[in-house]
Amino acid sequence: MKAQKIKRVDLIFDSTSTKEVLVKAIKMKPEEIIQEVLDSGLRGRGGAGFPTGLKWKYAASEKGAVKYIVCNADEGEPGTFKDRQILEDAPRKVYAGMAIAGRAIGAKQGYIYLRGEYRYLLFKLMEELVFFHSRLKELGYDFNIQFRMGSGAYICGEESALFESIEGRRGEPRNKPPFPTVSGLFGKPTVINNVETLVYTVEILDHGAKHFKEMGTSDSRGSKVFSISGDTPKPGIYELELGMTVERFVEEFGDGDTKAVQVGGASGFCVPRKKFRETIIGFEGVPTGGSMILFNSSRSMYNLLHNYLDFFDEESCGQCAPCRVGCQQLLQGVVSVKAGEKDSRYLDELVKLAKTMKIASKCGLGQSVGNAFRTIVEHFREEIIY
Amino acid sequence: MINLTINGLELEVDKGTTILEAAKKLNFRIPTLCHHQDLCVAGNCRVCVVEQVGNRTLVAACATPVTEGMEINTNSLSVRTSRKHIIELLLSEHNADCTKCYKNGECELQSLANEYSVGDHIFLDLIVDHKSMIDMSSASIIKDDSKCIRCLRCVRTCEELQGVHALAVANKGSEQKISSFFDKPWREVICTNCGQCINRCPTGALVERNNIEDVWNAILDPEKHVVVQTAPAVRVSLGEALGFEAGHTVTGKMVSALKRIGFDSVLDTDFTADLTIIEEGTELLTRLKDVLVNKRDDVALPLTTSCSPGWIKFIEHIYPDFLKNVSTCKSPQQMFGALAKTYFAQKRKIDPKNIVSVSIMPCTAKKFEANRPEMRSSGFKDVDFVLTTRELARMVRQAGIDFMRLEDVNYDSIMGESSGASVIFGATGGVMEAALRTAYEIVTGREVPFKNLNIIPVRGMKGVKEASIKIDGCTDEWKFLEGVELKCAVAHGLVNAREVMEKVKKGDAGYHFIEIMACPGGCLGGGGQPIPTNSKIRAKRARAIYDEDMGKPIRKSHENPEIIQVYKDFLGTPNSHKSHELLHTHYKERNRY
Repeated sequence: MKAQKIKRVDLIFDSTSTKEVLVKAIKMKPEEIIQEVLDSGLRGRGGAGFPTGLKWKYAASEKGAVKYIVCNADEGEPGTFKDRQILEDAPRKVYAGMAIAGRAIGAKQGYIYLRGEYRYLLFKLMEELVFFHSRLKELGYDFNIQFRMGSGAYICGEESALFESIEGRRGEPRNKPPFPTVSGLFGKPTVINNVETLVYTVEILDHGAKHFKEMGTSDSRGSKVFSISGDTPKPGIYELELGMTVERFVEEFGDGDTKAVQVGGASGFCVPRKKFRETIIGFEGVPTGGSMILFNSSRSMYNLLHNYLDFFDEESCGQCAPCRVGCQQLLQGVVSVKAGEKDSRYLDELVKLAKTMKIASKCGLGQSVGNAFRTIVEHFREEIIY
Repeated sequence: MINLTINGLELEVDKGTTILEAAKKLNFRIPTLCHHQDLCVAGNCRVCVVEQVGNRTLVAACATPVTEGMEINTNSLSVRTSRKHIIELLLSEHNADCTKCYKNGECELQSLANEYSVGDHIFLDLIVDHKSMIDMSSASIIKDDSKCIRCLRCVRTCEELQGVHALAVANKGSEQKISSFFDKPWREVICTNCGQCINRCPTGALVERNNIEDVWNAILDPEKHVVVQTAPAVRVSLGEALGFEAGHTVTGKMVSALKRIGFDSVLDTDFTADLTIIEEGTELLTRLKDVLVNKRDDVALPLTTSCSPGWIKFIEHIYPDFLKNVSTCKSPQQMFGALAKTYFAQKRKIDPKNIVSVSIMPCTAKKFEANRPEMRSSGFKDVDFVLTTRELARMVRQAGIDFMRLEDVNYDSIMGESSGASVIFGATGGVMEAALRTAYEIVTGREVPFKNLNIIPVRGMKGVKEASIKIDGCTDEWKFLEGVELKCAVAHGLVNAREVMEKVKKGDAGYHFIEIMACPGGCLGGGGQPIPTNSKIRAKRARAIYDEDMGKPIRKSHENPEIIQVYKDFLGTPNSHKSHELLHTHYKERNRY
């Protein structure tokens, strides 16, 4: 069987006229917009993959005069840099996506929570925003967007921690329920979407749900922007159709000596060479917010794991016990095993602990620390021990 | 109503009920650490996680409301494994040297570890240097970060109940800790020493600075005459720490135990509570006259009470412009201390330098207060050592006394007699009620117009209470008060104190007299009281206090014969020169952090 080529897609960075899409959106009823997004099968592009149309539908069904649209531009997952590119190249599409979401759920105010390290983009983004606001005014479209800056904490990319941060408090995740669509920013019904997700809604309205749905697989419709880095001859940002196997991906982007691919950044999964063929990149296999890091045989998987755990040890907000203490135990645990202070069987205890962290932590951060840990320890055990 | 099943048992509960509460109705106790009835839900310790069938993760029982058709398992394999892991994790970042810990036997983490038979430390010990993590700088509170499990009960207490924000979360991840402003030592920050954090700390991370050994040493020194005074709120709570149910009054047993421990004179802070009423009531009436008749603009109204040292430190930090509104009266503890080494010493012919004055207080801020440099007007340190109710309970146990079987014994004399008005000092609104009973009678010659002298509007657990009494039928001396509507406010818990003070600051309150107690419920909910505390326990203590008042033959401070005697023999008149020397004080502005 001939290997299927990876399909490059050009939607996110295409020359779609946001003005035309906005005019189209004005003519549509809110429920028609939501139906279009639902029909497309679009799922959140930040990583968790919640169906976007459903999120909008829930928020639209909430009563109350004040609702918010929040754009999550706190792109913090190690190895992902695609939102930065989208904000640089297609800011108007981001704004338009927010305005359309606003119309869909009945929100008149939007916030963009911009990663602290992206402050250098702010001046140009503000210029574009002035232009965008004047265009909305021309169209008689009642929506306003403001920027809020992050300050460098990874946890503030978690939606409820992000709200806390905007509200001026310590960025720590809230208890759920209630979910943001019921009680989000300032306690109001809120839709929070990733930068890329919002742009896709613009493309879906422009090209139609059918066009989008035809791409990808039944679980992972459409295309996705990938941030590709590591041991690859062609690092960079690529918009690709979803549903490819890691094998196809490595054929395209590997350097011929790829031993593992970290899909989804530090909070994602490590896929070893022996699993390349059977692993699909998408919600039916390994999901990713875009981060794809390739490792060749020169890399130490112990160093990789240490690096990730070190990251979580620092970036856990520290609020809940499984995550705060669990991250420290995993980190110091692998160090102890490597140093021979702990028996290699201690790794099995740590894998059990990682499982507890996955089911008992308060938010997605703590719940996903175990992904990389478990997959690296499982597939590269000898590299951790010796 | 919502229908659900827990461990296969069906039940129906109100909408909004949490899984934790629902399980309790079925007699399933789900363990908790960060949860506290007085505080908002945190959901951060995760000890209460349970399995919700169909859910990808476990859910926190304390933070998750029930939903229709929910199926919960509180003891499944994944729940048990996770819970045990979490306890292990908490222990790994906890200085688990339990036998040397002040809270040994009274620690919630310890009992959980015991319940889950956690013995073989599977994880690494994360604390390297225990000793460097203790802050001993405060006169009242010892903060030991090596024992902290970051449940944030203390932070929530300081924020939600007290509005002080002395305790806050700093840093993130493995560096996260509970800290002060810029990590300054405890004695330098805005902490009011109220000790409410201690009441809610599940471990030994926050405890009172204890003076048990100091007091034993004094007692066992034959040269010393050790005088002890007991605060109003101690008698209704001490029993809880020694085997009785909450709300059981143990006045007589407490006096008996103190004598058996070896205190030379067992006297009552209630005596100086009565004295406070005379002094503070006179101060109020004098201020009213100065403002209304003499039109003096250097005299401040409203007058606020000064019995609560937590409140005093709070106003010194936060509202220093209003220090002139605070009564110059010392607290009953300090009045007692000053009199113990003067009046009492003279009467009993004891050299004051051989008197050691000890107080039993429901309070940790009293330790700070006793150490204030202003509190030496007897020529000595007026109160040498302050013990909390908890410390006294410990001494009783150390002395091997079977407290529950003790016979009732009366206080010694002099300075052991008290009125019902002084007993209610222990409850929020009590000082106000006691003051009104006396002041109204001074001004009108008649008793306050409330049935059985019970001024109900100032009682109860509402955060801020307002009341007014119309004064009519004044005696000649007080004619200027004829027809005046005396407006009063009562606040307990510093978050409520702030509410009242903001009103005063705006100038639209029109209050004449304000009672403020730093702790929720007043002294009966003080930071030195037996642990645990919650609204039910505080309500029981309050009922006990008002019952004690009703049972007293004398209900008004000015009718206490020992009070009449102390003015006749020693002080002269209320607010006399001698009173001012011994019984009044001044305050100072403090930093804002």
